Amino acid sequence: MIWVEVIAGVMLLTGAAFVLVSAIGVVRFPDVYMRMHAATKAGTLGAGLMLGAASVVFGELGITVRSFVVFFFLLLTAPVAAHVLGRAAYYANVPRWERTRLDELAGRYDEADATPGEFARPAARATDDIPYP
Amino acid sequence: MILFEGPWTFLSLATLVTMVAVAISILVASLRVMRGPSLPDRVVALDLVGLLAVSVISVVAIATQQPVLLDAAIALALIAFLSTVAFARFIEWQGEKAE
Repeated sequence: MIWVEVIAGVMLLTGAAFVLVSAIGVVRFPDVYMRMHAATKAGTLGAGLMLGAASVVFGELGITVRSFVVFFFLLLTAPVAAHVLGRAAYYANVPRWERTRLDELAGRYDEADATPGEFARPAARATDDIPYP
Repeated sequence: MILFEGPWTFLSLATLVTMVAVAISILVASLRVMRGPSLPDRVVALDLVGLLAVSVISVVAIATQQPVLLDAAIALALIAFLSTVAFARFIEWQGEKAE
């Protein structure tokens, strides 16, 4: 089955390219949040492509199910981990890139309310004419 | 590595190139782990290293024709996620303590 090998090899090479781009982005980007952008999305896609290549190569149902379980687990946990980590970095006042122009969270979190044990509530707005959705 | 013992095919060549690329990625990501100015930088890079370890496991499973290794990938992905969340809680707790 030469075509199976070709498909698996192309998936492996594409995954390797995505993973390499994600690692380069983690080093080259100037900011925690941009680095998170590089590490989460491209890295998950690259690892998922390699797992898909494994399932193509072996071609059995049990192995395909197993590798898809790993891929869906990565797909579920990567946004959660990135969100928790971004929130922590925002609270820890990690400096943003100096050319960042928009901070939509500025003033909308109650600093006193942001205890680690509970979710932070948005602070009351100065103008109440626009209701929260 | 069973795949590398026979004659060269497209799949074995692609597996070799992928192994080299993932190894370079791990080295580059651990550069950020060592250099990162703040703790969240290091945690992001460590999360990426965990993801790369999952990729290494799947590539080695292809190269050695051992699909049992994918079970280790499940456990490793779980541990990487839990450690990232634990580090994030630690960073929040640290910031709370400093205030």
